[in-house]
Amino acid sequence: MQGLIDRLKALLADGTVARVIGWKKGDMSYNPTPAVFNSAEELDEFVYDGFCGANLSKMMIDATKLEGKTAVLLKPCDSYSFNQLIREHRVNRDNAYIIGIACRGKLDIERAKATGIKGITDVAGVEHDGADTVTFKTLYGDKEVAYNEILLGRCYMCKGKEHVIADEVIGESKDTAVMDRFAQVEAIEAMSSAEKFEYFKKELSKCIRCNACRNVCPCCSCRKCVFDSTKFDTQQKANVDSFEEKMFHIIRAFHVAGRCTDCGECSRVCPQGIPLHLFNKKFIKDIDTFYGEFQAGKDPEAQSPLTAFTFEDVEPKIVSERSKG
Amino acid sequence: MLKISIDKLSALYDAIAANNELILPVRKAGVVDYASYEEGADVAIDTLKTAKSPKNAFFPQFETLYNVNKKIIPTDASAEEGACEGAGVALRSTLSVEMAPLVDKDFVIFGIKPCDVKGIEVLDNVFLAEPVDNFYKARRDHGILVTMACNEPEESCFCSAFGIDAADPSKAKADVAVWMADGNLYWKAISPKGEALTESVKSVFEDSDEAAVEATKASIEGILAKLPNANLSLDMWGKGVLDDRFYSPVWDEIFKPCLACGTCTFVCPTCQCYDIKDYTTKDGIQRYRCWDSCMYSDFTMMAHGNNRNSQKERFRQRFMHKLSYYPDKNDGMFSCVGCGRCVDKCPQSLNIVKVIKAFEASKAKEGQA
Repeated sequence: MQGLIDRLKALLADGTVARVIGWKKGDMSYNPTPAVFNSAEELDEFVYDGFCGANLSKMMIDATKLEGKTAVLLKPCDSYSFNQLIREHRVNRDNAYIIGIACRGKLDIERAKATGIKGITDVAGVEHDGADTVTFKTLYGDKEVAYNEILLGRCYMCKGKEHVIADEVIGESKDTAVMDRFAQVEAIEAMSSAEKFEYFKKELSKCIRCNACRNVCPCCSCRKCVFDSTKFDTQQKANVDSFEEKMFHIIRAFHVAGRCTDCGECSRVCPQGIPLHLFNKKFIKDIDTFYGEFQAGKDPEAQSPLTAFTFEDVEPKIVSERSKG
Repeated sequence: MLKISIDKLSALYDAIAANNELILPVRKAGVVDYASYEEGADVAIDTLKTAKSPKNAFFPQFETLYNVNKKIIPTDASAEEGACEGAGVALRSTLSVEMAPLVDKDFVIFGIKPCDVKGIEVLDNVFLAEPVDNFYKARRDHGILVTMACNEPEESCFCSAFGIDAADPSKAKADVAVWMADGNLYWKAISPKGEALTESVKSVFEDSDEAAVEATKASIEGILAKLPNANLSLDMWGKGVLDDRFYSPVWDEIFKPCLACGTCTFVCPTCQCYDIKDYTTKDGIQRYRCWDSCMYSDFTMMAHGNNRNSQKERFRQRFMHKLSYYPDKNDGMFSCVGCGRCVDKCPQSLNIVKVIKAFEASKAKEGQA
């Protein structure tokens, strides 16, 4: 990691960039915070390890409006989000210096805790070039878990080890996929309508409308979200267990359809553990089926099938026909 | 003191539920939160920290305050019912206001931790002060708190910084204190309400010696002392620090990763802000209130606009409220209880502990300079 910090300091020193967006050491060994570093001195608190799961690309919307270039550290999957932001004219590419950072899958502390780990005082083996085993020192004894057993859910459906955009790449990433990216969606598709409804009702009734999924989402970059309007004559601000409450996530999924890169941040941040990525994945799968394979963010020039209308497009009725079928 | 084998806890739940609504930690789709004891409920009583605090039982995330019902009737009482203007009958509308009913039945919150009990004390200072909030008060009057010692505190817990004793729930302002030790649940009434509840469920218990929980208390105390934030310093906070902290440059950087979501607010046992809104129903208006978050852009929005236009100001509001404004108004009492839910749940790993530590670090740096 020292090599990385030295590189960042050099970029600041030679004036290539005015600031760096990365991660700052946490007060515990597993909770680094995304942070803006303005000087070499501040970079002494920089950290990059297995717990740096946050996708920093959205912070570039504001940062690329500032004077001077901003360096940002993006993991391979984060780089898709940045490309999508370029596509939507939300970031200024010329004001960004993208460092493609190596990733071997990011850790999910909740998944670690679900194995019975608690009272953590220190964690070892989480560096990029660290061991295959993570060691947790806890108040209730030491515990070891295989690194690959406690990854964020999205990492098991990794999009690959290549950055789709970068000014320089540091280190080599690993493809951590072990399952088909649509396997979870297919499992739900196989359910009856009643089972699907029950499944989502149970999951979505946990929602507390904290808006973390929306606020972290690189696609949800509207200056003012329709759900923040004070002019609505609806109960939208309230967390009511009704149709409307359940519609929030569906509407959001529609809004990001064709733009969602499947970065998985929505599910990572949900304080209630709702698998929100399933909605987005379902849209991606359907878009692939109806319009041919499309990965949002792969190419900043590519038209999304949902905004590029052609005579060959399927008719909307295909959806109802399929459901009969 | 009384005891019951942990294997027989469902008999205790049934006995409580026979006369009261029983609210306790229940696992639903993988997440444990306080919920009603119903058939098929997956009770997870050994959960240290529910995802949300139990404040919902007293201050629900959403509640109707009153309904305004509009009715169209003919001006002439003798006109036929159902007559309409087209038929030459003049109409007028009447409005009736119907207050939402107040809670009037006792309920028991079982397994609430000492930090969350303190959280309710924080809410009391707001909702029970004049003008008293009737909706809250009715729930407080009917709520019975059975508080449980925290057998295995975790690294995100820092309740001892606020003088809370997780080893001895009998010190909490609750009604019954319970401990889980050597395969039994030990039960001790600590208020008249608690004694009445004990009387009603006594048949499921055996008598026990108070000494039975001493070893457990000692073991919890041992862990509490070793928690990384057990001695979190609150020296820079409390009464009379408003101006110094408000204008501190620490805020300029620390808020930056904040997503402006409401996670910290909504999982917090002491956050008490709400919004009141009207909703047009088919026949009138429903006036409801729902939790609000100072992190939101429309928080305290007024006709002239918003008095906090940047996320820095909104972020600062939350921590200043907990660590300065509230203590100023409540004799130094903080409106944080160290439950650590924000520590666990913030999507960006930003939390009150980091804020407190950032201020300490900034002071230390100034000292060196």
